[in-house]
Amino acid sequence: MTRAIPLLIFGTILMLAVGCTPDHLMSTFDPVGPVAAEQKKVWDYVFWAMVFVFVTVLPALLYMCIKFRRKEGDPIPAQVHGNRNLEILWTVLPIVVLAVAAVPTLNVLRFVLEPPANSIQVNVTGHQWWWEFEYPELGVKTANELYVPVGHPVQFNLMSKDVIHSFWVPKLGGKMDAIPTRTNVMWYQADVVSPEEGFYGQCMEFCGTSHANMKLRVHAVDSDEFDQWVEDQTEPGPEAEELSELAAQGKDHFENLDFKATYTDGSVSQQRCAYCHTVAGLGISGARTGPNLTHLASRGTLLSAMVDNTSENLADWLENPQVMKPGSRMPNPELSDEQTAALVAYLQSLK
Amino acid sequence: MATGTQSGGILARPTSIDGVWGWITTVDAKRIGMMYITTSILFFLWGGIQALIVRTQLSHPGAEFVSPDTYNSMFTMHALTMIFLAIMPMSVGFFNLVVPLQIGARDVAFPRMNALSYWVYLFGGILLSMGWLVGEAASAGWFAYAPLTESAYAANRGMDFYVLGLLVLGTSSMAGAFNFIVTIINLRAPGMSFFKLPVFVWMTFLTSILLVTAFPVITVALIELMFDRYLGANFFIASQGGDPLLWQHLFWVFGHPEVYILILPAMGIVSEVLPTFARKPLFGYSVIIFSGIVIGVMGWMVWSHHMFTVGLGTVAVGVFTVTTMLIAVPTGVKVFSWMATLWKGSIALTTANLYSIGFIALFVIGGLSGVSHAMSSSDFQQHETYYVIAHIHYVLFGGSIMALFSGLYYWYPKFTGRMMDERYGKVQFWMLFAGMNICFGPMHWVGMDGMPRRIYTYASNMGWDFWNMISTIGAFILGFSILLLLHNLVRSLKKGEIADGDPWDGRTLEWSIPSPAPHYNFARIPTVTDRDDWWARKYATGDDGITRPVPQGGAYGHGEEDVDVHSIHLPDPSYWPLVTAIGMALMGGGFAFHLAITVVGALIMTVGIYGWAFEPVNEPSDDH
Amino acid sequence: MEATIAPEHDEHATTTGLDHRKMLMWAFLGSDCMFFGSLIATYLIYRGQSLRGPFPYEVFDIPYTSVSAFVLLMSSLTMVLALGAIQRGDERRLRIWLIATAVLGSVFLGGQVYEFTLFVSEGVTLKTNLFGTTFFVLTGFHGAHVTVGVFMLLTLVGASYAGKVKQHQSINVELVGLYWHFVDIVWIVIFTVVYLVEAPAIEAAKAAVGH
Repeated sequence: MTRAIPLLIFGTILMLAVGCTPDHLMSTFDPVGPVAAEQKKVWDYVFWAMVFVFVTVLPALLYMCIKFRRKEGDPIPAQVHGNRNLEILWTVLPIVVLAVAAVPTLNVLRFVLEPPANSIQVNVTGHQWWWEFEYPELGVKTANELYVPVGHPVQFNLMSKDVIHSFWVPKLGGKMDAIPTRTNVMWYQADVVSPEEGFYGQCMEFCGTSHANMKLRVHAVDSDEFDQWVEDQTEPGPEAEELSELAAQGKDHFENLDFKATYTDGSVSQQRCAYCHTVAGLGISGARTGPNLTHLASRGTLLSAMVDNTSENLADWLENPQVMKPGSRMPNPELSDEQTAALVAYLQSLK
Repeated sequence: MATGTQSGGILARPTSIDGVWGWITTVDAKRIGMMYITTSILFFLWGGIQALIVRTQLSHPGAEFVSPDTYNSMFTMHALTMIFLAIMPMSVGFFNLVVPLQIGARDVAFPRMNALSYWVYLFGGILLSMGWLVGEAASAGWFAYAPLTESAYAANRGMDFYVLGLLVLGTSSMAGAFNFIVTIINLRAPGMSFFKLPVFVWMTFLTSILLVTAFPVITVALIELMFDRYLGANFFIASQGGDPLLWQHLFWVFGHPEVYILILPAMGIVSEVLPTFARKPLFGYSVIIFSGIVIGVMGWMVWSHHMFTVGLGTVAVGVFTVTTMLIAVPTGVKVFSWMATLWKGSIALTTANLYSIGFIALFVIGGLSGVSHAMSSSDFQQHETYYVIAHIHYVLFGGSIMALFSGLYYWYPKFTGRMMDERYGKVQFWMLFAGMNICFGPMHWVGMDGMPRRIYTYASNMGWDFWNMISTIGAFILGFSILLLLHNLVRSLKKGEIADGDPWDGRTLEWSIPSPAPHYNFARIPTVTDRDDWWARKYATGDDGITRPVPQGGAYGHGEEDVDVHSIHLPDPSYWPLVTAIGMALMGGGFAFHLAITVVGALIMTVGIYGWAFEPVNEPSDDH
Repeated sequence: MEATIAPEHDEHATTTGLDHRKMLMWAFLGSDCMFFGSLIATYLIYRGQSLRGPFPYEVFDIPYTSVSAFVLLMSSLTMVLALGAIQRGDERRLRIWLIATAVLGSVFLGGQVYEFTLFVSEGVTLKTNLFGTTFFVLTGFHGAHVTVGVFMLLTLVGASYAGKVKQHQSINVELVGLYWHFVDIVWIVIFTVVYLVEAPAIEAAKAAVGH
């Protein structure tokens, strides 16, 4: 039975090794910037401290159960009530250890909570169930996918239009809640270029039916590419002349087609795409009920990073939003196949 | 029993304790304790089924076992069921069974209020769970953050059952806690000073104090939410300036003491079981008591560690980081003391003891992940991931439940007169231990791998598939082990080996009376001179340091055959607690259905209270 | 062997000598402190946060509320007198002073109802703003506590008439008294942190209008 102890220790280390998977898309073990890296440092301290306690206390417990196991005829053991010195030792020692551990924790806390002065500003507004992004100094308005320049701090000002959400991109750092009535401030910095799909993020505060679907992507690119992206994003949508016939028809539908909209609570009304979604340059603009679609085709994903941005997914979405994103605030628009095709063509031209 | 009746009550007060009516009108803490434990086990099964549904849905990515809304209700109700309808009432069941015996009393201070506590729990639990019956169960998580819980976002009645159910259950918990506070202060046997009390009694006392101070805070939070939902108040309405964080503060000021309410009784049980099966006194009794007191007090200073990511500001987060790290110290002290109790003991690995030793191992793991949560800067990565779910379940399942099951095996003989099957028990223990670790262990790294909690599904390219499947398998192993436990509990009632009064060679007063415990508990209230007084009656340590049995050992002088037990005065049964409880439940439930029901409930409750207050006592010369 | 020894006689001895019920009432009042504390904390957190009026300084009438506070305070005096009476064995005076306490309590409640209807007519309801919400819930629950207290007083009066409240049963009066005094003390706190703290703002508003 005493062979169990080294087995236990080995098994533990094996399990720990197995758990370390920095290549996974949402792993906290793969910091790509200073915020995540500093937080990981704190984790590393506490992790090894935990391992130390685990491999000393648990085997000790096992050892005691084996060594002091009652055997037939054993006398009653000495009735020891306590040991003052031991009790003092194991009270004071943990306090000392924790006090020491508190120092880096608090230092890193200050670091992660105080954005650098030269940060690029991004206003983040959480909605049920999508992310609205605005770069106030740069004039960019978009949704669900963000671009940041490599090596430059970005400050996120978090707000919410409805319930509490929480903004998190694990590889860039820890999370912060987006709460209605207040603005919470956090920052990230990406020090490496992101893979093509970007760094993965997700809403981390339960916010209703489709909380599980409220995801996001952050693309970290070098500064030239970032500047180009900003320029592209600040342009208005294409005029009808620049579009194919089908897409131009779609643009017309987007702005002018009244369709019957059925909401999740059963209510029905007449709606138009443009009443809820903004495409810059159209007659109706400023609507924030749904995501800004001006450059929808420039995004790699749809529906708050749930699916890839393909015509097929767009068409499925328009057919019945509730199937892809249960509970979605977007009503079920009753469109004909032609209308859908035209709209999809238009949306795919919004680069 | 005295059989005279007096005029003055509306109907004659029952006198018999036989039959079903005897159980329905019981005011005997032992029976009430058994009712609590039985009901809590049934709710535990229900909570477990909800968990298995959750785990089945998560067993592979993109599963469609249940709809998103059903899933969201499932994890919400699972937590509520386990916390409020399983763990807490099972603890209270043990308070009822064990505390009067351990302090040398015949019952608690307020036997009828004790019965009321049980009935209100039963009805409150039904009310809380009623959402399932009407297809609208609460689905905003067990801590129900505003404004998701406001009518605008949670229009159906699910949140109503949440609010009303918890309000009703709160009164049950508080009534019980008041009862035990007065009982422990005021009904101790002669010579039983506070520092001779068994640790389980101390933990009951501390838990009860936490209950009566923490529950009013959540009561206010729930009332505020109720007023928002029903009467258009503005407590958490953003457009009127209402602050969602007010809910969080109120909830967690309650919520953190609540987790100590969940663990202190468990620690009390373990503090009884380990010394008995090591044949040594608890190491560092005073230190364990003081640690319990420190935990109870410091538990009020850490609540915002549940709110590290809400934007409290560097200073506030820093302060709560430090207080939370410090609260690990008294807990660690307890763990060391328990281990020192085992050191050089003569350890019998009975099932009860295996559960208590298992508690130490698993609670340490849960405590360690708790310390990592305390380090706020890294908690920003762990918060709301499966790492938290791992932590919670290691401390609540590996902690509270393991200890409660230890108590089941340990005290079963005292109340049923039979032993549970040991061989079967050991198989059941190891299966549970394995299942538990297989289910919750992987959640640590899946959480650090970024998997959020409270999601009804996940994508297949995240790398979470394998460990989720493992967790699900572990959950089913765990579930099966619970069935084995049930089987052992039920089967042993008829087929278990007959137990005598002291099957474990115990240390505390409950083992000095026959099994099953007689209705009157003690033929003669003992006079206590030592901590672990029963052990001191049986054994004495000589100058040579050897402990030997005392020659006339194991008796308090007068046994049942000497004392005229039939003239022992015990409180009579009563049906007013049940009537009052029905009234209270209808009052609460009426708000979710029809106000007329509330009015009827209030009337019934009033009649119940007046009947109770003016009920005659079946005693020849009583004028209370 | 024949049963020869009787169990101990003193069935009602308590370890501390204090009656169980008195200890229960104190414990209950302790937890009720947490209840009112949370409601008062909510009120104070939201003080000054209402997005729209009417605001407290516009509707509070401190002289009026002072009178009703005084009435409640006096009811505590009559409660003490009631307890003193029954402890002396004077059942008649007990009833007189209990009825006086109930009457004063009811006058207080009447005053509250009047004040609430006045506020509503001035545009402050539960739904209006944070002030309306927090004010009515806090003072409403206090009023509910007073109402329960009045019922308990009247029950004692009825029980006394039925001959059930004798000198050696004075503890029942004492228990109701403890509750009543607690409710009174809570009102002192509410009166101070809700009403009196608005006095400067009320004065300033009056001065601005040129009173």
